[in-house]
Amino acid sequence: MDIQLQKVSYAYAKGTPFEKRALFDVELAIPSGSYQAIIGHTGSGKSTILQHLNALLKPTEGALQIGDRTITAGKKAKDLKPVRQKVGIVFQFPEHQLFEETVLKDIIFGPMNFGVSEQEATKRAHKLIELVGLPHTILEKSPFDLSGGQMRRVAIAGVLAMEPEVIVLDEPTAGLDPRGRKEIMDLFLQLHKERNLTTILVTHSMEDAARYADRIAIMHEGKCVLTGSPEEIFGNAEKLATYRLEAPRIVRFQRELEAKIGRRLQTLCLTEEELARAITAAVREERAGQ
Amino acid sequence: MMEKMIFGRFMPGDSFVHKLDPRSKLLFVFAFIFIVFFANNPVTYAGLLVFALLVIFVSRIKLYFLINGLKPVIILMVFTFLLHIFFTKEGNPIFEWKFIHVYEEGLRQGIFISIRFLVLVFMTSILTLTTSPISITDGLEVLLNPFKKLKLPVHELALMMSISLRFIPTLMDETDKIMKAQMARGSDISTGPIKERVKAVVPLLVPLFVSAFKRAEDLATAMEVRGYRGGEGRTRYRQLKWDGKDTLAMILLVAMTALLITLRS
Repeated sequence: MDIQLQKVSYAYAKGTPFEKRALFDVELAIPSGSYQAIIGHTGSGKSTILQHLNALLKPTEGALQIGDRTITAGKKAKDLKPVRQKVGIVFQFPEHQLFEETVLKDIIFGPMNFGVSEQEATKRAHKLIELVGLPHTILEKSPFDLSGGQMRRVAIAGVLAMEPEVIVLDEPTAGLDPRGRKEIMDLFLQLHKERNLTTILVTHSMEDAARYADRIAIMHEGKCVLTGSPEEIFGNAEKLATYRLEAPRIVRFQRELEAKIGRRLQTLCLTEEELARAITAAVREERAGQ
Repeated sequence: MMEKMIFGRFMPGDSFVHKLDPRSKLLFVFAFIFIVFFANNPVTYAGLLVFALLVIFVSRIKLYFLINGLKPVIILMVFTFLLHIFFTKEGNPIFEWKFIHVYEEGLRQGIFISIRFLVLVFMTSILTLTTSPISITDGLEVLLNPFKKLKLPVHELALMMSISLRFIPTLMDETDKIMKAQMARGSDISTGPIKERVKAVVPLLVPLFVSAFKRAEDLATAMEVRGYRGGEGRTRYRQLKWDGKDTLAMILLVAMTALLITLRS
């Protein structure tokens, strides 16, 4: 499902002395099936954009196209449920949204709100609990007896159970240990490929954006200032610095290495594996030339 | 939804009203609540209203903002006004149409009660809008000090109040966040039939309570590790200062009371 933001502006508490503009004429097109990362400094408007993506917030100016629905400023949008079913959001610290007596009930809460039968929803829950790496026995436990990491996985399963076409992730790995982070991020990548989802990742982590996304947008002071592929975005360190962002560690390492050996590698590498390959290739080349 | 509400909200500023000592403001509003009931004729009610508007003007809080934020209260006010209009049957009839009869006394009472209501709400809102929650509790603690003799746990009460005031915005943010998370899962508290909406309260309240208890526990631990052990022998970082402005406010209060007593019929 394509998502398109056309000159979207948003102001919190409009019409009071507390009014605060958070977005200014944001233009962003997210084609169906892409993995889009939105990065930016704290307070750049990332979270505000995210809440527009399934019409939790409506633009105060401009228009928003989600699939075949258009959401414009001022117009009362009736029945947003279909939109919300198609766009699932995993909020920051999603474990805070758990409330049911058992894990199973919490996972089927979402799908049942959208009219899925209890039987079908339970079937989905059994599949998903395995997918997020938890034992089936956990389904009968209270979500409040689980560890923080387990709660996070249950909450993610709860969003996935709605079988959305677009999945929006807001810092999904905040507060997890490195291994948990990688597992969760790999899970989303796997889902993205298997189910042909459109994935939108809102994050602070340049490493995650570089490793997983195929398109990146940079937010700065409420404006969408830069869009492009990870190579384009991270290849330009000076421009990144003006938005108070840093290239991922791998890119910085590559640049330092290049400065030291006095020659450039052929490609800009975004992961450790790519860099290792590029260095090996460069060494071979050097040897062959001698 | 909640961002428009101004009840209990503080708007920093540097007007005359902002700079008053919280003690004098509290005393003033407290006494004001009583003297409002002295008014019983058009002159005195008009006087109260003019005075309240004057205070708003001096505090430099915009009137439209105040009225916008007090919408729920104003609806209540209109409701009482209508009750008075339709159900007081004294004095000369001034309007009759089918079963609706409006009498002079009803109109009079309706207007008076509305003004009383409005003036009280204005003054108390101005108090909270111009005084930070911390100074309100500091002021209250000092004012309530004499009651310590009666074994009233004044310091603890003040602490409880400042903690609850401190957490209102936090809990509001939290409510907003959880509400959005549940809305994203298809549960909607703001639309649909009443039955559905009531059902949607549970997914909101359970997480909210869980996090509130967790926060309370964290706060208690944090206070304990920093050596908090009650108000005994505790000194203050913020010292309250009573100056000429505060005395002026008290003189104004006495003058107002005297004026109301002479002008009432």
